[in-house]
Amino acid sequence: MTLRSLAVSARYLSREECEAIAKRTLSFTTADETRVLINSTSIANTRFAVNQISTGGDSFDSVVTVISKFGKRSGSSSTNQLDDDGLRAAVQMAERVAKLSPEDPEAMPELGPQTYRPGINWSDVTASQDPATRADAVKRIAEPAKSASLVSTGFMEAITGAQAIANNKGLFAYNRSTSSVLTTTVRTQDGTGSGWAGATHHDWSRIDPSKLGARATQKARTSVNPVAIEPGRYTVIFEPTAVGNLVQFITGALNARAADEGRSFFSLPGGKNKIGQKVVDERVTITSDPFDADVAGSPFSGDGLPTQRVVWIENGVVRTLNYDRYWAQKNNRAPTGSGGSIRMSGATTPIDDMIRNTQRGLLVTRFWYLRPVDQRTILYTGLTRDGTFLIENGKITKPVKNLRFNDSPIFMLNNLEAMGVPERVSASEGGDPGQAIMVPPIKVRDFNFTSLSDAV
Amino acid sequence: MGQTRREFIKSTTAAAAMAGFAAQSSTGRLATDALVAPSSPYSSLVTAEPNVKELAMIALDAAKGAGADYADVRFVRNRSQNLSAREQRVSGVSDNETYGFGVRTLVSGSWGFAASRDLTKEEVSRVARQAVAQAKANRSALVRPVVLAPTPVVSGTWKSPIEIDPFSIAIEDKVGLLLAANQAALGVKGARFVNSSMFFLREEKTFASSEGSFTVQTIYRTQPAMTVTAVGSGDFATRESNEIAPRGLGYEHVRDAKLVDNAAKWADEAVQKLSAKSVDVGRYDLVLHPSHLWLTIHESVAHPTELDRAMGYEANYAGTSFVAPPEKVLGTLKYGSELMNIRGDRTQVGSLSACGWDDEGVQPEEFDIIKKGVFVDYHTTREQAPWLDWYYKKIGRPTRSHGCSYAQTWAAVQFQRMPNVSLLPGDKDLGWDDLISATDRGIAIIGDGSFSIDQQRYNAQFGGQSFYEIKGGKIVGMLKDVAYQIKTPEFWASLDMIGGQKSYFLGGAFGDAKGQPVQVNAVSHGSPVTRFRNVNVINTGRTA
Repeated sequence: MTLRSLAVSARYLSREECEAIAKRTLSFTTADETRVLINSTSIANTRFAVNQISTGGDSFDSVVTVISKFGKRSGSSSTNQLDDDGLRAAVQMAERVAKLSPEDPEAMPELGPQTYRPGINWSDVTASQDPATRADAVKRIAEPAKSASLVSTGFMEAITGAQAIANNKGLFAYNRSTSSVLTTTVRTQDGTGSGWAGATHHDWSRIDPSKLGARATQKARTSVNPVAIEPGRYTVIFEPTAVGNLVQFITGALNARAADEGRSFFSLPGGKNKIGQKVVDERVTITSDPFDADVAGSPFSGDGLPTQRVVWIENGVVRTLNYDRYWAQKNNRAPTGSGGSIRMSGATTPIDDMIRNTQRGLLVTRFWYLRPVDQRTILYTGLTRDGTFLIENGKITKPVKNLRFNDSPIFMLNNLEAMGVPERVSASEGGDPGQAIMVPPIKVRDFNFTSLSDAV
Repeated sequence: MGQTRREFIKSTTAAAAMAGFAAQSSTGRLATDALVAPSSPYSSLVTAEPNVKELAMIALDAAKGAGADYADVRFVRNRSQNLSAREQRVSGVSDNETYGFGVRTLVSGSWGFAASRDLTKEEVSRVARQAVAQAKANRSALVRPVVLAPTPVVSGTWKSPIEIDPFSIAIEDKVGLLLAANQAALGVKGARFVNSSMFFLREEKTFASSEGSFTVQTIYRTQPAMTVTAVGSGDFATRESNEIAPRGLGYEHVRDAKLVDNAAKWADEAVQKLSAKSVDVGRYDLVLHPSHLWLTIHESVAHPTELDRAMGYEANYAGTSFVAPPEKVLGTLKYGSELMNIRGDRTQVGSLSACGWDDEGVQPEEFDIIKKGVFVDYHTTREQAPWLDWYYKKIGRPTRSHGCSYAQTWAAVQFQRMPNVSLLPGDKDLGWDDLISATDRGIAIIGDGSFSIDQQRYNAQFGGQSFYEIKGGKIVGMLKDVAYQIKTPEFWASLDMIGGQKSYFLGGAFGDAKGQPVQVNAVSHGSPVTRFRNVNVINTGRTA
């Protein structure tokens, strides 16, 4: 078999196939209401380490989840066996679970037919990416690294899939989507320098392996033999990836119910929330939009609601929180229908200018092992990684050892000094495509570093 | 296939509704395969379905026919159940099943892997050939060919040592228990929100290799859990049930967790936290309960002693390790005090990592990782053991895998994952109270909390669930906003008191993450009670 013969589109279920599966599944039901979710996915990936491919894999799966409701009782079951026997068994299991479950006082009726805009998060290039393409991308990073006596490691993945939702009230939604990601870490052979670069997009042709390899290499070289500095409060210039690492925790804390119940940063005493309050610098606006080509997402959410553009924070002020259907109804509001992506406003200051205007500060490439410390303030801890530099008198003067911080993205966006042009970033911890995030580089004052790490 | 599957679904569907399923269904199960040892101590609930054996052979033949030097195939059927309740409301009940297979091939020292959910002869052949084609594509960037350490050809069955199949208990009973526990928690004044849940997994895994190994395993995992939130004026505090660890057991683990009895205690502690004293920063002696220390062991000992990390294979995500390079640290690196003895195993009864064979057919062994504070070995797979050939020759032991190969599902390729990694108890019969009464100025910590560590495992920060101030050998009150920051070898060098066997407890988690794409591993970590001297404590409380 030649390598080229593998170049075919990845498997996923078509709209017609999803309709047929939904129809067959619904034909087996006896419940008052039934929702069917179909998720078919091909995942293709290649890993490399020590300048060679280490592992890779292709997998294809299709999962049907059935949610059955008898009155206010509901149950769910899923299977990946899509013949009649498998689907019937899943329906029977979901219905049995529903009958055995107590009544749910918060049960919401299924939605009727909805109108959806077509999704735009699909790319033929991504769907036809093959192992040879990935092996070629590895070579474009590993060969220059090897000839420069550096050690490259990395991961790339292409995900092709289709999602569908149907119910017995006539709702049907279908979207096919792709995503791709490439991240690489380049280290010096003696392990004293390390650099990282990464990119993600639904369109693989937007990712340039050579450019990412060169960027990681440059960071590895310039970060060799870092010096120790005193932990404390610093003026910091965050590259876009580092901003994405932290800002996603704000959007993760936008749940309206948690706010109203007094257990969130967005809570106010007396069962109130911070909608209408200024929480960050007035230059900051944060939105989600599934039809924004830079951060495209699904045109519907898991309960069948059409997704739409949502403005969370506008000019520093909280405009809305995330309402699910139950909490929205209880509070006389429309459900939010967020697509989950993040776009943060920016400005035009280039990073070089931010550096030039800094007397003493740090430049941070990205963060690692971020974990919540205190939900009351969205306070997180974590460490810098793969390129942390000292700025003195307007110039980068030396690499510094990695630092642990304890701080909140809320405090960070209150201490804002400058912003650059937003970029799409790969900000997930594990190197998967993650949430679609577009954020600017920023400069902030008084960021709180609490200890030093010897890790490179 | 169809008939077998229908029978399975039918019996498991019935199981959800009625107790006593195990006894009922074992009569209706399929004939034991000829290659499967019939005299297993645990009669397997589900042995390999006859055509799984046939499909496995088709996969291996197709892989070899396409040019594989070595191939293995795993057929895995996972049944899982999630139940959750919030206050007096059931927020979710779901029952899920996934079934599929993955083929791994080695061609001229290069790996390939492919997987699918279609269990037909045609698809099994296609996927095997695809795995070979991928291995061939991957050869183009090959520098150092993979060589596998030898391992005995094995066959047999293994099953988790459960008393009660969790899928035999009625959902009503499970939900009733969660609601009763929630009610008990809400009975405490100040406790406003309660979330409780149960998770159950049954994994039926058939493994076959081109070397002739064939094993069938049935693995169970169970986790009951609760979180109680108390809300004060403009403030809130939570208490999680972290001393109820997930285990490789059945429903008896839920029964023994005594959720209803414990709920009020957890709720009470959440309320107490609201008015607890905010900690003064500084250095303290820490008395750490095993329900807390398991996570510190996981992060600062188990991860850095993974051989793939030390060799740079995980540099792009999980990171590398300060326990490297192997030739400079094996047998010489001083990791901690003489009281520190760390062992890897996949045999502790009820532990999450327990199994008969790993995901490349190796029977796991117990092995020392740190002896009297000195680092002596890494976790390994068949691919990795030969990397340490020089060391094993030097210390006079065979070059073989410790049995640490694992894949999270049929759809993911197996690679090195940590086994249970545990701190061994001391010789003296010391307990929690003994350590507290020997401590003049310290903090006692129960349960794990926030955690974060750098990519080489030097610098870490840990929170907890409940914190108590110790003065003059006595607990004098509750603290909050506590986290401690460590440098790994410095912290373990400060271990100066260790409890005995009676204080030993097995903590653990389902979510050990590594690899790209990220795979999760379920692992237990045992520990006695311990004391560490002069540790740096910070205050994490700030106002918005």
